[in-house]
Amino acid sequence: MKRLFADRFSEKFLHVFVILSGLILILMLGALTSRSIPVLKLQSLSSLLFSQGWHPSRGQFGFLPFIVGSLWVTGVAMAIAMPVCLLTSIYLVEYSSKTLREWISPFIDILAGIPSVVYGIWGILIIVPLIKNYLAPFCGVSTSGYSVLAGGMVLAIMIFPVIIHISIEVFKTVPNELREASLALGATKWQTVKNVVIKRAMPGIVAALVLGLSRAFGESIAVLMVVGNLARIPKSLFDPAYPLPALIANNYGEMFSIPQYDSALLFASLLLLVVVLYFNIVSRMVLSGIKWSTYYYA
Amino acid sequence: MHKHAVEEIIFKVLMIASCLLIISVLLLILGTIVFKGLPYLSWSMITQAPQSGYYLGLGGGILNAILGSLYLTGGATLLAFIVSLPITLYFNVYAKKQSSLVYMVRFAFDVLWGVPSIVYGAFGFMLMLFFGMKASLLAGMITVAFLILPIMTRSMDEVIRMVPPPLLEASYALGATRFETAFKVVVRQALPGISTAVLIAFGRGIGDAASLIFTAGFTDSLPTSLFAPVATLPLTIFFQFSSPLPQVQGRAYAAALILTIIILAISIVSRFLTQKFARNIVR
Repeated sequence: MKRLFADRFSEKFLHVFVILSGLILILMLGALTSRSIPVLKLQSLSSLLFSQGWHPSRGQFGFLPFIVGSLWVTGVAMAIAMPVCLLTSIYLVEYSSKTLREWISPFIDILAGIPSVVYGIWGILIIVPLIKNYLAPFCGVSTSGYSVLAGGMVLAIMIFPVIIHISIEVFKTVPNELREASLALGATKWQTVKNVVIKRAMPGIVAALVLGLSRAFGESIAVLMVVGNLARIPKSLFDPAYPLPALIANNYGEMFSIPQYDSALLFASLLLLVVVLYFNIVSRMVLSGIKWSTYYYA
Repeated sequence: MHKHAVEEIIFKVLMIASCLLIISVLLLILGTIVFKGLPYLSWSMITQAPQSGYYLGLGGGILNAILGSLYLTGGATLLAFIVSLPITLYFNVYAKKQSSLVYMVRFAFDVLWGVPSIVYGAFGFMLMLFFGMKASLLAGMITVAFLILPIMTRSMDEVIRMVPPPLLEASYALGATRFETAFKVVVRQALPGISTAVLIAFGRGIGDAASLIFTAGFTDSLPTSLFAPVATLPLTIFFQFSSPLPQVQGRAYAAALILTIIILAISIVSRFLTQKFARNIVR
C-alpha cells in the first residue's frame, strides 16, 4: 500500500510541478509587462518605439536609436555568419569524411562554451584594432574601431555554433535517396547539393538562421564592450551604436536615481523578450521534428 | 573546363575556407587569451582576495571571484537539478505517450532556451525586489538557476528518452511501481547523460555575466553569507578590464584565462564521464 501511495502521490505532485514549470514563460512576460506600465503611461507605445530623444532625466524615452542599433548589429552579424555557417555545415555533412566531422565538432562545442566576456575582451584586443588600423583606412574612413562592424563581427562568431549545429542536423534529415536520384541523373555533387539538398532543407535552414539571429539580437555583454555605446542612429558600419541589450546591461546602476528609468529599462527587456520569443516560437515549430543531441544545448 | 566543374571547385574551395576560418578564429581566441593572460597569472592571483589598493595595481588576487562563481553556479546547478530531474522523469516515465501537456512544456523549455540572459537578469531582479531581497549570492543563484533550467531539462530529457522501453517493461513486470522504476532504474541507466547535462548547465552558468549584473552585486571579500553580495569571475573580468591601469587590465586577462580554463576543463570532464559511465549501463 505504501508503495502504491508513493506512486500515486508522486504522479499528482509531478503533474502539478510540470504545469508550474511550463508557466515560467508566462510569469516572465507578466512580470515584465506589469513593470513596464509606468513608462507606458508616460509615453504612448508608438512614441516609445519610434521617437529618437533619449533624455531619462527629462522623462523622455525614445528607443528608436537602440532599436535601430540592434538591427544594424544583428544584420551585420547575420551577413557574416550566414554564408560561413552554411558553407561549413554543407561541407561537413555532404563532403567531409565522418572522421573529420567528429574531429571538428568538439571545436565548435568549445566555441559555444566560451563566455561572452571573453568574446568581448577578444573583440577589443583583436577586432577593434583591426577595424581601426586596417579596415577603416582601407575604406577611407577614420574611426575609433568601436563600431557596428566590430559588434557584428564578434556576434557573428558567437552565433556560429548555434547555426552550424542546427543546420548540420537539418541537412542530415534530407533522405539519401533524393541525393542518389539526383546523382543518378548525372548531376554533379554541387548541383545535387544546390538543387536538391538545399531546396529540401530550406525551412530548417531558415529556422536555424532565425535561431542564430535571435541569439545575436539578445546578446549583451560582448556587444556592449565593442560597439561604442552612443545613443545615436548609426549611419555607416564604422559608426558606434547602442543596441538594446547593451542599454539594459549598462545602466543598472543609475536605474533608481531617475523616476521611471527602471520602468523604461524593464520595458526594453520586455521588448527584447517579445522579439526573441516570436523568433524562437516560429523556428522551433519548423524544427519540431528534429532530434537533438545533448551538446546542442551547450 | 566544363562550367559545372568550375562551379564545383569554386564552392568546394569556399567551403573548406569557411571551415578553416572557424577553426582559426577559435584558435586565435584561445591563443590571444593565453598569450595575454599567462604573464599576469600568478599563485597569489588564485589564492588571495583583493587587498587594499588592488585596483591601483597593488597586491592581492581574485579568490573572491573564483569562490563566488563556484558557490553561485554550484548552488544554481543544484537548484536547477532538483527541479529538472522530476520534470524529465515525468515526461518520460509518468506521462502518457503523446501527452499534449508534455509537448507544450517541452516546447516552452525550448523557447526559454533562446531567451537572452539579460532578460533572465531583469526577471531575477524583479523577483528579488518582489521578495524584498538585496543583490546577493542567493538572488544570483536563483537567477542563474532559471537561466540554466531549460538547458539542463531539455538535455536531460533527450538522454532519458534514449532509455530503451524494454528496460522499463522489465521493471514493471517485476512489480515495481512507476515511482520505483523512475528513480531506481531510469536514473541509473541515464546517469552518464544526466551528469553530462549537469556539467553543461554548470559550464553555461559559470560564464554568464549579464544575468548577474543586477542580481549578484560585487564585493572584494570572500563569500560568507547567502544574503551578502558576491563577486563572480565574469563580472570581475568586466570591471577590471574597464580600468585604465595596464596592471589591472592584465589581471582581467588572467581572470579570463582562469575562467576559460575552468570551462574547458568542464567540457573535457563531461566527455570523459560520458565514456566512463557508459560502461555501467544496459544496452
